[in-house]
Amino acid sequence: MNAIRKKKNVPILSVRDLKVHFSLPGKGFFGAERQLKAVDGIDFDLYPGETLGIVGESGCGKSTLGRAILQLIPPTDGQVVWLGRDIVGAPHREMQPLRRDLQIIFQDPLASLNPRMTIGEIIAEPLVTHKSELGKDEIKARVKRMMARVGLLPQMINRYPHEFSGGQCQRIGIARAMILEPKLIICDEPVSALDVSIQAQIVNLLQELQREFDLSMIFISHDLSIVRHICHRILVLYLGNLMELADRDSIYANPKHPYTKALISAVPIPDPEIERTKERIVLTGDLPSPINPPSGCVFRTRCPFAKDVCATDVPTVDTVNDHHQVACHFHERM
Amino acid sequence: MMNKNQKTAMLQAAGAAGEIEGRSLWRDARIRLFRNKAAVGSMIILAIITLMAIFAPLLSPFEYDQIDWGYIQEGPNWENGHILGTDGNGRDIFIRILYGARVSLAVGLLATAVSLVIGVTYGAVAGYFGGRIDNIMMRFVDVLYSLPFMFFVIMLMVVFGRNIFLIFVALGAVEWLTMARIVRGQTLSIRRREFIEAAHATGVSNFKIIFRHVIPNVLGPVIVYMTLTIPQVILTESFLSFLGLGVQEPLTSWGVLISEGAKVIEAATWMLIYPAIFLALTLFCFNFIGDGLRDALDPKDR
Repeated sequence: MNAIRKKKNVPILSVRDLKVHFSLPGKGFFGAERQLKAVDGIDFDLYPGETLGIVGESGCGKSTLGRAILQLIPPTDGQVVWLGRDIVGAPHREMQPLRRDLQIIFQDPLASLNPRMTIGEIIAEPLVTHKSELGKDEIKARVKRMMARVGLLPQMINRYPHEFSGGQCQRIGIARAMILEPKLIICDEPVSALDVSIQAQIVNLLQELQREFDLSMIFISHDLSIVRHICHRILVLYLGNLMELADRDSIYANPKHPYTKALISAVPIPDPEIERTKERIVLTGDLPSPINPPSGCVFRTRCPFAKDVCATDVPTVDTVNDHHQVACHFHERM
Repeated sequence: MMNKNQKTAMLQAAGAAGEIEGRSLWRDARIRLFRNKAAVGSMIILAIITLMAIFAPLLSPFEYDQIDWGYIQEGPNWENGHILGTDGNGRDIFIRILYGARVSLAVGLLATAVSLVIGVTYGAVAGYFGGRIDNIMMRFVDVLYSLPFMFFVIMLMVVFGRNIFLIFVALGAVEWLTMARIVRGQTLSIRRREFIEAAHATGVSNFKIIFRHVIPNVLGPVIVYMTLTIPQVILTESFLSFLGLGVQEPLTSWGVLISEGAKVIEAATWMLIYPAIFLALTLFCFNFIGDGLRDALDPKDR
């Protein structure tokens, strides 16, 4: 992982203080407008060929972060620097050529495919949009090549999405995302709707494609085992705030944030001896509402180590070492 | 790994071997529509009625306004040539039905087509963009809804003079409002679906998203409503004619023939029954075609 960064020192994507706030109507007729802080100031870099995992429980802003990077949800504030250029608020015309390099794979494989289009048309759509000069035959040839590459029979070009299984639909989604040979793919929980045996196939396919095309990936998931398998670095998100960002081995071996510790201790280990004896940190309570987040450290309400200072001061993101950042007042003692 | 490569190679070989043509929803729909017997039968019957309407003068020895003094309000009779009888003025019912078909079919199809084009586009745009645009567009529809239809037609007559095409305009201008509401509602539920987001992420323009992704997915209810609109328009036309705002004597339409026939239902049943049969037959045909279209356009229904 370090090798990747040493080899290519320039990040392909830099996210700086990214915020996505949604305004909600106030309570009652005269209530003041309220802000839902889905993503509240996230910083990270992504290097070419790297996979960054974004983990967190549901409702913590993982998907919103992914969509804000692609400008599918307009960010409220902050910068998304893609290849040296801030793309926040870029007009449609300027965004258009960049979309070639930025693609997304969705969680629900069937819902992300138009039920009234044949899969040939679905996979061809990015080509028709961006490279219509190729002509019908060339587009069709490329679609078939890509279908074969992701493990679909090219003869199935005229079938409709409902005729496929979940795993096959996800392969179609991957083919659509890959057909323009993008530089970055955001995978928004691409395997959580699939059963375990299919998950492995899809994850392996993504890894093969990544090696083949030197892709950067942002892999959003709540499944820590898969994240560990596929990601080089991992970003832990809680209530729209960054908790910890570190290399995979570093974060699994030596988590610095109490939230990360709790998450990792919850991963089942397929060995009953260890599973029975291992120490578990059980978090109590629910995720607080992002409309009214706790003061100071957002995690303090559920943190077993919370002190008075956590309620008053927002922890800064401290750099522990070259490849480990954490936002906790007491990370040195963890 | 070796296995994977072999598999990919095999898949590619398979793809190269079986060269298949790419198809689209519309081609598939056409093939499926022509496999639907009821729809094909209906299309044939409609085509026959249309041809009869076009070539009406060749099909009967009488004129539509020719009064046959010897046979006032006589029943069907093959010997004197009035095969479907005559009306109270001694005019041949058969030729009048064919001339009426011209007006009724034209009104039904044109007004529905107008309402379809305007209503679907307008509703899809309002629903897709949502927010303030949606609000303004739909309030405009509400305002038009509240306009009394008769008042609207009379205004048109006053300004543009009496003209059969004004009826098409007036009916189309009113019918698209409901269509726009239906389409907007459907669009609201579709625009949050992930495949729309996927199209956004790819960089497809809003215009193309509406026409490629939204409209094909709202066609089901649209077609059902369209098959309901055609008879409604034909009957509204007869209402307008009854008030003296539609087609004028001696020209006629199915609606006019039926309302005349209904008045003398006890004395001359043929004056009601035969125009009603033509109207019912036509409406049945439109319904079967509508059903067939809806099924053909739904890829899940094969």
